[in-house]
Amino acid sequence: MKYVYFPGCVIPQRENAYELSARRVAEKFGIQLIDLEDLNCCGFFLEPIDRLSAVAFAARNISLAEENGCDLLTLCPACFGHLTRVRTELLREHGLRKDVNRALGEINKKFEGSSQITHIAKVLLKEVGVEKIRETVIKPLKKIRVAPHYGCHIVKPSDEIQFDSPERPRLLDSLIKATGAECIDYLEKRLCCGAPVMGVDKNLALRILMKKLDSIRKVGVDVIVTVCPFCHTHFDVNQLRIEEEYQIPVLHYTQLLGLAQGFNPDELGLWENRVPADNILSVL
Amino acid sequence: MAEAQERIVRLDEADMEFSEAIAKAGGEKINLCFQCGTCSASCPVARFNENYNPRLILRAAALGLTKRVLPSEVIWLCVACYSCTERCPRGVRPTEVICAIRNLAVKKGYVHPFFQMQAATIINFGRAFKEEERVDFNVIRGDMNLPPIGPIKLEEMVKFLRFTNVKELLSVEKREGAR
Repeated sequence: MKYVYFPGCVIPQRENAYELSARRVAEKFGIQLIDLEDLNCCGFFLEPIDRLSAVAFAARNISLAEENGCDLLTLCPACFGHLTRVRTELLREHGLRKDVNRALGEINKKFEGSSQITHIAKVLLKEVGVEKIRETVIKPLKKIRVAPHYGCHIVKPSDEIQFDSPERPRLLDSLIKATGAECIDYLEKRLCCGAPVMGVDKNLALRILMKKLDSIRKVGVDVIVTVCPFCHTHFDVNQLRIEEEYQIPVLHYTQLLGLAQGFNPDELGLWENRVPADNILSVL
Repeated sequence: MAEAQERIVRLDEADMEFSEAIAKAGGEKINLCFQCGTCSASCPVARFNENYNPRLILRAAALGLTKRVLPSEVIWLCVACYSCTERCPRGVRPTEVICAIRNLAVKKGYVHPFFQMQAATIINFGRAFKEEERVDFNVIRGDMNLPPIGPIKLEEMVKFLRFTNVKELLSVEKREGAR
């Protein structure tokens, strides 16, 4: 298993611990990552401004993966979703592909469609498999109660993403259970975290977050687990901006798995998490 | 009375070609909408903000009420979660229709300052962070033994963006004209 690694913009700015823990976990399973210098923004943030530019940005990244003859591995579902949707569109719409390839031609690149886009959760489930994951667990996280937060773009729009059920997602549940932890359902499981609207209406974004946190607190969990760096920041950082005190630790899935695999908290960058996860570290 | 006036839709103000333009900008299915409201019922933003109603945005857009739709602040509230797109019984894909409406609003010079700022960074630096930020976080990455994020080939991005004309779209003069 060899991939071109796509860091995106959010992870290097704010969630390097996600990448650190993902690399530890990847290494355990013999997943090789190729680091390229020159990847640009996936294009998702340009979509509301100009669709052609958003498509072109994505296509440049995909063409770089194609030059290396590998699929593109993302940790961020927004990058994963955007790159996946653009790839599908480019394969479907010949006119758009021609336009984009003309722009890429200016810099001696070309979109061909030979590289697929994937996400770490998808690789762990579909390439590694739950059984293999379980075999690497040396410290099962018994009795640790985990609330999963999927993030919208890892499942929706499901016709293009084709990963999990949009109404009853369960794949992250099975990844969590593979660590030995308990995966706890809650009423607002499929609600968006609110992060994307933070820059436009902060109070609205925090109201949505509070709804999620209230619902999670009601079922009583030790930790929230995410697979999206953007959702993660919202849960972890902005939880502290709400007057109400929740103090629910938030872990990247790869940190949770890494703990179960016996890595120590420092090796997984746990010091970067803003809400301390002492409650689970003390029982490990 | 004033409120009643506001509710009256005058078709002589309607731009009959608007839904065509939306279709071309990526909202192909807008005319399939039969106003059932599944989008609004599924929308996390509408649930927490009564001023946001995707069903009404789609209706006003399909009627060609550009003056109501394009300058409106509410079109920038969509979180692009795709809940509506997932559930729409007509396959309208409201997320994509609203995205197309935003693209057309930008063309007329209406863009939310947050989106403007974010897009400007991406266009000028190739990514959603500035050069000095890259240098700063590479120090943290170095401490973690993570490979540094390299500089982007800006000359490539410039060549490439000339093709999509996005810089012109976001130019300051143009935006001021709309205010």
